Order: sequence, then C-alpha cells, then structure tokens
Amino acid sequence: MSKFRKKKKGTPAISTASLPDIVFMLLFFFMVTTVMRETELKIKKPQLPKATEVKKLERKSLVSYIYVGKVDGQGGDKIQLNDRIADVKDVKYFIFAERETHPEDEIPLLTTSIKADVDSNVGTITDIKEELRNINALKINYSTLKGDVMDNVKKK
Amino acid sequence: MARRDLPEINAGSMADIAFLLLIFFLVTTTMDVDTGISRKLPEKQPEDMPDPPKLKEKNVFIVTVNRNNDILVEGETFMTIDKIREEAIKFIDNGGGIGNPMKDAQGNSLDPAECDWCQGAKDPASSDHPNKAIISLESDRGTSYGTYIAVQNELVGAYTDLRNRYSKETYGLSYTQLLKDAKNNASNESLKEKIKDIKSKYPQIISEAEPTK
Repeated sequence: MSKFRKKKKGTPAISTASLPDIVFMLLFFFMVTTVMRETELKIKKPQLPKATEVKKLERKSLVSYIYVGKVDGQGGDKIQLNDRIADVKDVKYFIFAERETHPEDEIPLLTTSIKADVDSNVGTITDIKEELRNINALKINYSTLKGDVMDNVKKK
Repeated sequence: MARRDLPEINAGSMADIAFLLLIFFLVTTTMDVDTGISRKLPEKQPEDMPDPPKLKEKNVFIVTVNRNNDILVEGETFMTIDKIREEAIKFIDNGGGIGNPMKDAQGNSLDPAECDWCQGAKDPASSDHPNKAIISLESDRGTSYGTYIAVQNELVGAYTDLRNRYSKETYGLSYTQLLKDAKNNASNESLKEKIKDIKSKYPQIISEAEPTK
C-alpha cells in the first residue's frame, strides 16, 4: 500500500485528454501534405471535356499527368509537365523521370493521363501521343468529366 | 524540474480548435475522381515495315472531323454527333460475311464463321464481322479537342451498347453490370470468362489516324 501513497505524493499524472487532438493534428498534417503534392497549375485550369463512356483510373500512383491548356495573354496550347510549362519534346524526359520512380515490373502498367482543355487543338494532343509512342508509353487516358457530350461542342 | 504545482492548461477548447481545422480542410480539399476514356496507342512501327495487310474498304468505317468540327462519315454523309453512335452500331453489327477465325473456350481456333449473334442488316456492302470491322477516326490538327472526345465517346458507346445487348441476351445481365460485379469480387473466374467472351464477340477496334496538316 505504501507504493500507492508514494504515487499520490509524486508528480500529477499527465492529462491524456489532449492526446486525440494531437492525433487529429497529425491527421491534418497528412491531409495538407497530400494536397500540396499535387502540381500547381501554371496554365489556366483546363476545362475538361465531358463523356459518358468513362472509366475510373485505378491505382493513382501509376498515373502521370500531362496538362494541356491556355496561358493568359499567350496564344496556342501550352503543355504543363510537373510544375512548369514545357515543350512537346520534354514529354519523353518527363515519362523517363516517372519511370525512374517505379519498379521495373510496374513500368508497362504506367498510364499517362492527358488533361486537356475542351478548346485545345487535336494537333497538340497528337504531338504528345506521337512522343509517347516513340518511347513506348502506350497506355493513355483522355481525362474527362462525366456528362453530356453535347456540352463539348456548344458554342460559347 | 517541473515538480512544482504547475497550473494545468485547460485543454477543453483544444477539440474545438481541432474541429475548426478539420472543417476548414474538409471544405477546401477537392476530391477529384479521375475518370476518362482509356486508349492504348499502337506500337511504333519500324521504318522498313512491310506494308500492312490491305483491308477491304467495306470493313472500314471512316469518321472524319475537319477543322471546323464538321463530322463526315464514310467520306460522304455529314452527321451530327448524336447520330454517330447509331451509324457505328449499324456498321459493326452488320455481319454481312465471314469473320476472322475465333477461338473457343479451350483456346482452339474455330473455323471462320458468320456472325450468328449479329442483328444487323447483313448488307454485303457493309462490314463482314464485328472482329473485322474497323472504325477509323480521322481528324485535323485544328479540330477542337472537345469534338474529338465527343466523337470518341460515341464510338466507344456504340461498342458498349452492343456488348450490353449481347451480354443481356446471353447472360441476362448487362456488360456494365458484369464489369461492376467483377470489380467487386476479383476472384470470380466465371465472371472473367464471361467478360472475355463478350469482348471477343465485339472487339473494340478503333484506330486514331494521324491528323491532316
């Protein structure tokens, strides 16, 4: 019994009431960092075309994104890879860099998602596709939203 | 040492702060689900490739989209986007002749045969068999991406419609439903077999031609 008495005299127990809050804070930390990892758009946010026959992209870690859209004050379509505006010729280096980060056996599964604006030209997309073909990155995905296809062709 | 009777910090409001933050991030984060039309690009052919086998013109369904986003089907008919699906279905499902040899469940090649699941017009001037029918999408560099995607969507939609129909008649469930079921229990082999069968009955052959300059 003497042991108990001793404890009562000693330092007061640390309150664990704030422990869940600390855990929450950690959770927020991870929430925030996952958002920050996404690339910041240098181009105007592409307005994705709509489609009905869409498939969900599985395993996001295997997907690399190419953005195509307009930049304010500049004509023509711009391609964004990672955090910067790039040239079509840089696409292959971008894919090579993506491949570096994956184990060998996952490389054939890598998918390139093209997030292009509705008003982009098909020419730009074809240039990208040609580059991807050259380096054998054959799985692509035209990123679209779910919706009525007729919205794509409506005149603004 | 902090042995002395430190006044305890009131942690009661901690939870409120945490919740405030949680709500803030809940509101600001956008959970964008990535969806899209998946495609597999053809492999790069070597320069000295022998010429590809000649295709009969009747087995190719050419959809052309020009720089003004006008859609031309088979080089003669102008068409609006909502009509393409119907036309594509008519073309794929025509079944006017003998198809390429198919494989049965054991992987043995069967003799080339007619398409006995097709319900098309069996017009000898249109496609022979779904596995011979090729849809070719030609575009111009100036075509708008939106139109291009819309046309692609309709072409994929035509195949989905046909697969759904075939699947409903054979297995009593639509193809989209089968796919959903297969995703929910990935170990179900019979479902996979069914999907494979449907895919082989209506293989999706869409070629994206290089655009005109």
